[in-house]
Amino acid sequence: MLINPNEILETIRMVRMEHLDIRTVTMGISLRDCAHPDIRIFNENIYKKITSRAKDLVRTTNEIQNLYGIPIINKRISVTPIAIVAESCGAPDFVSVAKTLDEAAKKVGVDFIGGFSALVHKGTTPGDLKLINSIPEALAETEKVCASVNVATTKAGINMDAVGLMGEVIRKTAELTAERDGIGCAKLVVFANAPEDNPFMAGAFHGIGEPECAINVGVSGPGAVNAALRELERPNLTEISEVIKKTAFKITRMGEMIGRVVSERLGVEFGILDLSLAPTPVIGDSVAAILEAMGLERCGAHGTTAALALLNDAVKKGGAMASSRVGGLSGAFIPVSEDAGMIRAVEDGALSLDKLEAMTCVCSVGLDMIAVPGDTSAETIAGIIADEAAIGISNQKTTAVRIIPAPGKKVGDYVEFGGLLGRAPVMPVNPFSSALFVRRGGRIPAPIQSLRN
Amino acid sequence: MISNRFIITVIGSDRVGIVARTTTVMANFNVNIVDISQTIMQGIFTMIMLAEAPQEGFDLAAFQEGMAAEGKSLGVEVKVQHEDAFRYMHRI
Repeated sequence: MLINPNEILETIRMVRMEHLDIRTVTMGISLRDCAHPDIRIFNENIYKKITSRAKDLVRTTNEIQNLYGIPIINKRISVTPIAIVAESCGAPDFVSVAKTLDEAAKKVGVDFIGGFSALVHKGTTPGDLKLINSIPEALAETEKVCASVNVATTKAGINMDAVGLMGEVIRKTAELTAERDGIGCAKLVVFANAPEDNPFMAGAFHGIGEPECAINVGVSGPGAVNAALRELERPNLTEISEVIKKTAFKITRMGEMIGRVVSERLGVEFGILDLSLAPTPVIGDSVAAILEAMGLERCGAHGTTAALALLNDAVKKGGAMASSRVGGLSGAFIPVSEDAGMIRAVEDGALSLDKLEAMTCVCSVGLDMIAVPGDTSAETIAGIIADEAAIGISNQKTTAVRIIPAPGKKVGDYVEFGGLLGRAPVMPVNPFSSALFVRRGGRIPAPIQSLRN
Repeated sequence: MISNRFIITVIGSDRVGIVARTTTVMANFNVNIVDISQTIMQGIFTMIMLAEAPQEGFDLAAFQEGMAAEGKSLGVEVKVQHEDAFRYMHRI
């Protein structure tokens, strides 16, 4: 046979049984030519631009899904951070912009639109502040809009005034979406070292160094890595690393091909391929299950950080070999609510917030989809963000916090979001106060690692 | 330009008529068999065909639907996927 039957069956098995999929095709669209002092005209401009640029995105992506028989789960759009392009609008807030983004997303049929964002790592402009203060209402009154705020970079340090403000914004966002367990917070990410070309939500935005329009593809496949590892008989860790690398290579090749064909058909530049092991609530499609396949009784046991470091590194190496366009976040995600193995580990008392924080030193992003008690203070949330940002800037990596102070819930309760967002057990936070530290404000200076010129 | 070759996989329990009936649908769509092989994977009958579709006037969606429907009446799963889905994953 011209193609090896075993390879054909391997591909079929990865897709059918191990949930390998293209997680997202995300079209990045620049809105820089849409700025206008009148917010109504600005909104018209962005609606027109998004709906014309992305008019064929969903249809084309579906055609390619059928041509190759590889599921493409989400079609998304990211735009230039709204705080930048709406800065010159005279309006008191930007909620109407979020509503316009929502309408445009619905018109073209995408699942999410990201970019209700501000980059404030060194300081805020009036537009940044307007955007940040609009986030709670914007997320409560829209369905598809995702927001993100970058509060720190290795080069700039940590903007602690912004960190403190985001603690309050997260609490308010939860309160305004209290009837749905604070789902607004699932669409809000606070970043350090945010990448400009990430296709994954909720943190996607089309950065200022990006072209007019680009296709960024996010591939996933924790289930395929998990299955490949479990086939090995008494492997040592070097052999485990090798198998993860090979599986990551194959998954990345699939994404590379899909990204190239989508770009060609839409006549849009192919930006990056993000190979991230993004779990889903399906049993086995789990990053925790991979760590447990390496020999840990439960994710969270001592050795988990080392296992995750091995996994994240092997994924990157396999991906880098398979495509020259690897970018974005590329590594292993550790969202709690979206990963059945993580949920079990929390329920069994194996996995705590502190262990998750340690794991974020070596995973691809940060504390993700974690529910905490509804009475967690804004300052405590800000303290959690500050810790993550410190890990990010000191290790020159992206970190993020997507945390849900679940309204009315206490430790042991659950939040239920459904779909890919899943369900999460409410986890305890440290009961001692961070308030005085957080309220001091100012900027934590850039670490010495930033002085590289 | 991508090729017009497809991998057709038939997975299920073996029975009389699988080859005859799936290839009849292929003939109706003017789809030619380039190569064919069958094997048992984890106790399940698996047939793989490399097939070539006509250059012009080929309706992939209708063909995929026709093959899937025939498979359903045979009690097997039939998938039609472009060959690149398999080439790219395993080859540089």
